[in-house]
Amino acid sequence: MPNAQQNVYIIDGARTPFLKAAGAPGPFAAADLAVAAGRPLLARQPFAPNEFDEVILGCVGPGVDEANIARVASLRLGCGEETPAWTVGRNCASGMQALDSAATNIASGRADLVLAGGAESMSHAPVLFSLRFVAWLAGFSRAKTFPDKLRALARFRPGLLKPVIGLLRGLTDPVAGINMGQTAEKVAHRFGVAREEMDAFAARSHERLAAAVDDGFFEEEIVPIFDTAGNAYREDTGLRRDSTPDKLAKLKPVFDRPAGKVTAGNSAQITDGCAWLVLAGERAVARHNLRVRGRLLDCNWAGLDPAQMGLGPAHAGAPLLQRNQFELHDIDYWEINEAFAAQVLACLAAWRSDEYCREHLGLRGALGEIDPARLNIDGGGISIGHPVGASGARIVLHALRVLEKNDWRRAVATLCIGGGQGGAMLIERAEKKPRAN
Amino acid sequence: MAQLNNWRINSESGWCRLTLDVPRASQNVLSAEVIAELDIALEQIERDAPNAVLLCSGKERGFVAGADVREFAKIESGEQAAEALASAHRVFARLEALPMPSVALINGHCLGGGLELALACDFRVAADSESARIGLPEVLLGIHPGFGGSVRLIETIGAPAALQLMLSGRGLAPRSARRLGVVDYAVPMRQLESAARYAVSRPRLPDGKLKGLWKTVMASLPARALMCAFIKRQLRARVRREHYPAPYQLLELWRRHGNDREAMFAAERESVAQLITSAASRNLVKLFFLREKLKKIPKETGKETAHFSHIHVIGAGVMGGDIAAWCVLRGLRATLHDSNPAALANAMKRAHNLFRRRLKSPRLVQRALDRFQPDPAGDGARRADVILEAIVEDRAAKAAVFAEAQKVARSGALLATNTSGIPLEELASGLRAPGQLVGLHFFNPVARMQLIEVVRGEQSSPDSLAAAAAFAARIGRLPLAVKSRPGFLVNRILMPYLLEAVQLLEEGVRGEIVDRAAEQFGMAMGPVELADNVGLDVCMHVARNLTKTYGGEAPGMLAQKVEGGNLGKKTGEGFYRWTRGKAQKEKADSDARTLAAIEERLIFRMLNESVACLNEGIVDGADSLDAGMVFGAGFAPFRGGPVAYIIEQGQEAALRRFDGLQERYGERFAPCAGWKELQLGE
Repeated sequence: MPNAQQNVYIIDGARTPFLKAAGAPGPFAAADLAVAAGRPLLARQPFAPNEFDEVILGCVGPGVDEANIARVASLRLGCGEETPAWTVGRNCASGMQALDSAATNIASGRADLVLAGGAESMSHAPVLFSLRFVAWLAGFSRAKTFPDKLRALARFRPGLLKPVIGLLRGLTDPVAGINMGQTAEKVAHRFGVAREEMDAFAARSHERLAAAVDDGFFEEEIVPIFDTAGNAYREDTGLRRDSTPDKLAKLKPVFDRPAGKVTAGNSAQITDGCAWLVLAGERAVARHNLRVRGRLLDCNWAGLDPAQMGLGPAHAGAPLLQRNQFELHDIDYWEINEAFAAQVLACLAAWRSDEYCREHLGLRGALGEIDPARLNIDGGGISIGHPVGASGARIVLHALRVLEKNDWRRAVATLCIGGGQGGAMLIERAEKKPRAN
Repeated sequence: MAQLNNWRINSESGWCRLTLDVPRASQNVLSAEVIAELDIALEQIERDAPNAVLLCSGKERGFVAGADVREFAKIESGEQAAEALASAHRVFARLEALPMPSVALINGHCLGGGLELALACDFRVAADSESARIGLPEVLLGIHPGFGGSVRLIETIGAPAALQLMLSGRGLAPRSARRLGVVDYAVPMRQLESAARYAVSRPRLPDGKLKGLWKTVMASLPARALMCAFIKRQLRARVRREHYPAPYQLLELWRRHGNDREAMFAAERESVAQLITSAASRNLVKLFFLREKLKKIPKETGKETAHFSHIHVIGAGVMGGDIAAWCVLRGLRATLHDSNPAALANAMKRAHNLFRRRLKSPRLVQRALDRFQPDPAGDGARRADVILEAIVEDRAAKAAVFAEAQKVARSGALLATNTSGIPLEELASGLRAPGQLVGLHFFNPVARMQLIEVVRGEQSSPDSLAAAAAFAARIGRLPLAVKSRPGFLVNRILMPYLLEAVQLLEEGVRGEIVDRAAEQFGMAMGPVELADNVGLDVCMHVARNLTKTYGGEAPGMLAQKVEGGNLGKKTGEGFYRWTRGKAQKEKADSDARTLAAIEERLIFRMLNESVACLNEGIVDGADSLDAGMVFGAGFAPFRGGPVAYIIEQGQEAALRRFDGLQERYGERFAPCAGWKELQLGE
């Protein structure tokens, strides 16, 4: 029955531990991470892997052997040759885009059961020959005679060999031409976010993650993964238990040198990871007798100045609330992806500001203040890491789990997107018992 | 023209297609009849004079599996063998001498006589596949190529490569065969016929300068002698001449006649005729049939092997992990459950090493890894076709595993334990359907040992036992049905042998000497090294378990080693010191008499226990016992197994030797009950 509107339910989800990149390529390519996270998730479902209607995976930089990485992952997961799979890209929100694409297909009745998520292996980002070197190489191989070869050889310059670091290019805005860190500096400057605030925020991120880990809260969310060298990975490796505002204060700014505020310590970590969710419509829930854990209510995307991309959540979140006729306090929990402490704090400042909300978000006045106890309570990109394609799916999964744990109802997961966008997703926990109030 | 049963001749526009299709057989073998009919077919082809001959197989997969081994057993004398070989030689020479080009279209396995047949053609094209094998495995049956293959393979690819292939009996994948020049082209199956036509259309290039020079050098006796000496040194490290004379004779053949085609043909026939009637060859042929028989068991019970696609292994120790990895290598999916992530990580590493070694291509390795799933949560049990338990030997823990497994297992799933000592009946007692539980006892190292003991508990249902045998076949292993008595068959017979070895060590004999005595008898590995390999703690555990039931006691030295934490290979020290996976053996001198005395003590304890097992009906007969000990314990294959060895000694003579042994070494050499009743027929 196409065109029938159906509700979109969250059935289950899992992610790999997020592994901090250590300079060299890590043990897992993006598709490996997708397989490692997906296999245990699928093994615990009451339906077989080939019963998905489609598989959607967000990924910013798949490897050269991973063209349409969603299809690669889908086949390797045993979802079957007949299950179509497609890869989506919306830079840092690719994982959330996958969920949104799955949701729209389910809502419209085109699909009933979808595996959707995001994967990224930032440590596997390519290092490339420069185009000038490739051009020189082509000229050299075209030269047939010995003198021609000699002439071509004479045109060689050592500078041609300078590699292009794919990761650095990826983290530079292709239009505005400034680095992501610089966009964070820019929004911090605009809202007067102090270095001390950023460092305090970063330290708290680690502190909160440490507490959640010690509490065992991630055991249900993270599936252990194994490399071929005999290592098991069970926890996010970016956590620094010894992180304090004082220690963070000693780090030098990396982007606006030497006087800036954004440091490696108060920015998200370069990380490898994958998160998957199982989404289903009513028909699939009935067919497989699935236990519904939550509902995906709405998603909103917004565009803004690329040089101020860090304010994306402010721009995407406000209309999402308006459209669903919610006030800030109707949302029980917030996940704002921590690309930079500066940028999260700037978003909060923007929502507190009458002027900004009026002029840029079309509101009558300030949206309000988010209670820190309802925001990123188990850490975020700064401590957990931010594998760009995967984070969008991770924050939705985690927000749902926080709702379940605290018996809260609604959450918004939102993130900023390189290139000047914001994405925000509204979810609701499934009723498990009558609410107290 | 006479009616041909095995061959078809079709001619079309100058191309003659000569197809071998042995009726009522799944694969082609070269029986005397097949060869005689080939002679008739060739006669007709000579008359018809087509432009070219395509030699094909009528079987969908597989060219020719080899000579008809069933006929080996019927050969009574060397003369009879020589006669049969001579006629084959005549027919193959006729094929080789055809005036028009001939091509063998190799569409799968092409082994032994099959390759010799293909080598008599002008060209060989093979269908590329991962599983097909091309080679001359005759030495594994105690003979060497006898249809002129030794001459023709050396001519085709040169002596060094050819000898290496024939001496090892190794089969090549088509692509490797192409690289060595055994076949001219390896192409996808769909291109087999066009490749054959292409091969014929191209003139064969004359030998290059280097190859020509090489041939000239090898035509001289001193050069061949030098090379033989070199190869012989490598050969000695693998097999002993007194046990396996065939490779040595083949080498000698080439050394003497390498420059004279006809003389080498004649010498090849003579040598094979002599080898084929030797005891070693007869025993190896007997084992060949025992293996075939074990392979066929699942078919006889009518169980499907194909439906096994997912195994769930509980316990990621070395055995559990290796079993899961082996199943994956054979195309299954495996979920490996263990609550200890470090154990899973280690299993993953071992699996990866196995895949890399066996599969080589990175894509195949990745596909295997994708089917190998560490499963800390144990979710894999729900969809598995087989749930195999391989945790520590703890009765309560194992029982708990099965109680849990039966709750989640899908209906019809096979429940199996890899226990080596705990009675199945006790593990099954708490189950809703106790009949579902059987034993699948694997041997270490899993990837090398061909046998699985399929253990029949009192409560095991015939259906589950049949499924277990079918599963063993699915993963390319030989299922041996054994009764659920402590130690089953293989460990039970090995244990007295190992304990006797420890006893010898206690008496002050060096481990090197003990091992040498056993290897001299023909055991794949000496008992001291074997114990270190298995792990002294495991040996200790099994020994305690067995002595409790069958009497006797474990020598104190074993317990001392275990208490000292020296558990063998895995800890770097046991009876030997181990570095990089190798036992550090020192030089130790001994005389023949001492070695013979040690050998007698080691072997006769095994023989005694073998008779006890027969008497108790642990397996269904002498053949099964022999197969179990050869395929599961590395008992000297050329001796045909313990019972075959008793027969060779003569039952009475063997029994008499216990008198002396008992006198010198005590009660443990008292012949067990059963020798009297033993009815061993020739």
